[in-house]
Amino acid sequence: MAIKDLPELECIIPGSAACPGCPATLGLRITLKALGKNTIMVVPACCTSVIESLYPHTSFDVPVMNIAFEAAAAGASGVEAALRKQGKGDTTVLAWAGDGGTYDIGIQALSGALERQTNFIYICYNNQIYSNTGIQRSGATPYAAWTTTTVGGKTEFRKEMGEIIQAHHIPYAAQACVAYPEDLYKKVKKAKSIKGPKYIEIMAPCPPGWRFGMEKTVEMGTMAVETGAWTLYEYENDEVTFNGKSKLILEKKIERKPIEDWIKYQGRFSHLFKPKKDVKRIKEIEKHTDQIWERYRKCYL
Amino acid sequence: MTIMIDTGNYIAAKAAVMAKPDVVAAYPITPQTTLVEGIANYVKSGEFKGEYICVESEHSAMSACIGASAAGVRTFTGTSSHGLLLMHEMLHWAALARLPIVMCNINRVIGPGWNIWTDENDSISQRDTGWIQFYCSSNQEIFDTVIQSFRLAENEKVLLPVMINYNAFILSHTSMPAEIPEQKEIDGFLQKYKPKWKLDVKNPITFGNIILPADYEKIRKDMQNSSENAKKLIPEIAKEWKKKFGRYHGDLIEKYKCENADYILLAMGAIGAESKVAIDNLQKNGFKIGLARVRTFRPFPREEILKLGKQADLIVIDRNISVGLGGALFSEVKASLYGKSDAKVYDFIAGIGGKDVTYNDVETMCKKVVEGKAKDCEWYGLEGV
Repeated sequence: MAIKDLPELECIIPGSAACPGCPATLGLRITLKALGKNTIMVVPACCTSVIESLYPHTSFDVPVMNIAFEAAAAGASGVEAALRKQGKGDTTVLAWAGDGGTYDIGIQALSGALERQTNFIYICYNNQIYSNTGIQRSGATPYAAWTTTTVGGKTEFRKEMGEIIQAHHIPYAAQACVAYPEDLYKKVKKAKSIKGPKYIEIMAPCPPGWRFGMEKTVEMGTMAVETGAWTLYEYENDEVTFNGKSKLILEKKIERKPIEDWIKYQGRFSHLFKPKKDVKRIKEIEKHTDQIWERYRKCYL
Repeated sequence: MTIMIDTGNYIAAKAAVMAKPDVVAAYPITPQTTLVEGIANYVKSGEFKGEYICVESEHSAMSACIGASAAGVRTFTGTSSHGLLLMHEMLHWAALARLPIVMCNINRVIGPGWNIWTDENDSISQRDTGWIQFYCSSNQEIFDTVIQSFRLAENEKVLLPVMINYNAFILSHTSMPAEIPEQKEIDGFLQKYKPKWKLDVKNPITFGNIILPADYEKIRKDMQNSSENAKKLIPEIAKEWKKKFGRYHGDLIEKYKCENADYILLAMGAIGAESKVAIDNLQKNGFKIGLARVRTFRPFPREEILKLGKQADLIVIDRNISVGLGGALFSEVKASLYGKSDAKVYDFIAGIGGKDVTYNDVETMCKKVVEGKAKDCEWYGLEGV
């Protein structure tokens, strides 16, 4: 499958209030191509609640229910139950949330909905920050990254949300990246075909949040995967299968590129390079990434 | 019609199930637990045919009700005390989204320290969320009000959620007889819910997106207008209920022996029921005191209270305290009279933390006022002070 083979259907219609180069909009555009118009979205507070545009207009061509920050998965549970009662169980319920609404404030409602086997798709577009509120740290923010609340760089490593999701033993989970639209499309399509709770996380490099040029969104995504800072995989029947470049890195068929190749293009890490290179912290990031990959190899090879 | 002798919670569960909601989402909390257990029993027996979502918190209970109601179905839940407080954000959300969710709240004390007895501070602290608030004084009234509340909430002139409050244990866990109409009679009174709008893939609308001040202001004004509409509808619905089922608990207020009264007592919830006994005894002993039991705290019965204030001096019992001001009912009553009536208003803060308030206590408070010994606002029966 190539990009040209994606359906022509567009559910993101003109009038979107997204920043230029926005990865969330790109990810949602592909997602809705895969889900089609028989979809209802539940959106908590996140960039998408701005992107969808101002009342009384909308830039989305599917029904959308906005809901409070921590409530996406619970709100979606209600929508799903109501649809089922009305004989509309074939409509896909999509909770579409950022990493703040997923890793942090919304994790309880998400865990509850997964445990209850709610028949819905929860997608987290992960730009590794609270971007809608102006770039504050989240549980997904990587170590040493500048945010407005980690001015000298974050002092902790990000949590592994994927592993938390797997602990719920749901029928399907996946990690994708906006730089690989065909892969994202296939994963969303597969999620749509499976009953029960599905979770997909999309790496979403954010130009204003990460401080890189708006034309480099896709490149930053590709580099996130090639450096091993992000992984592409599917989780099905309690088994994790890496795919794309992540599979090659896992199997040591290619070397992961140094993280430095990725972070040096992002203004949020500029304090690691200027005025003097912070070799210690860069090494810590590389070492931590190696440790993660060693764990992946032990678990998934 | 059958007679059911059971607790307030089980009777509320019966009413909720007879209203045929499509979705119930709830989380257990003492003393609401037997309400959700009651509904779970009806799931098992097949009498409840809706979806029952056992969520992981009250915040999610209200969020799931919001999702279900927005998707176009009748929705019910129940909670109490800390559970209601955890819902707070979503109470606002439900009301602003104009979703006709119906909920029972069992009035329970807020911690610390942990205390499961009754007072009204939980629901009083939610008064500005846009929810209609009823306060019941018997299990029969709980049953009737739950059914009536769906009619009220779902009326296109209202479209506001409704909270039915009743006292922990005094009502929630005390068995009393209640007349239960046949299902077909309930179905005749409460038709199937037809939402004015809903999440619909055939009509893709975005609900609740960013809104500029001028439009937002209109939404708030419309809520206020709708609450005023509810004031007119509550008596109409009560009248229709009376005609169909022969029972009447009052409109926004329930007046009891107020004719020729020089003093009128105002109370809510179970103290309202206790007060009827007190009024009987006081009138037997020559005191010209009547009772107006306040059933709706929101919308607040301003006009009715003003009428009472033109007839008599008012004695208020508050089982709540708005710290920094005083009893919540007292301050609302005074605001209703301001500039339009010279009635004196006395307040007793009583029964806080679940302390029992008997009809003897109510008589003592009333006599203290008549004998000129009461202060404007005092705490009744405070020990060791």
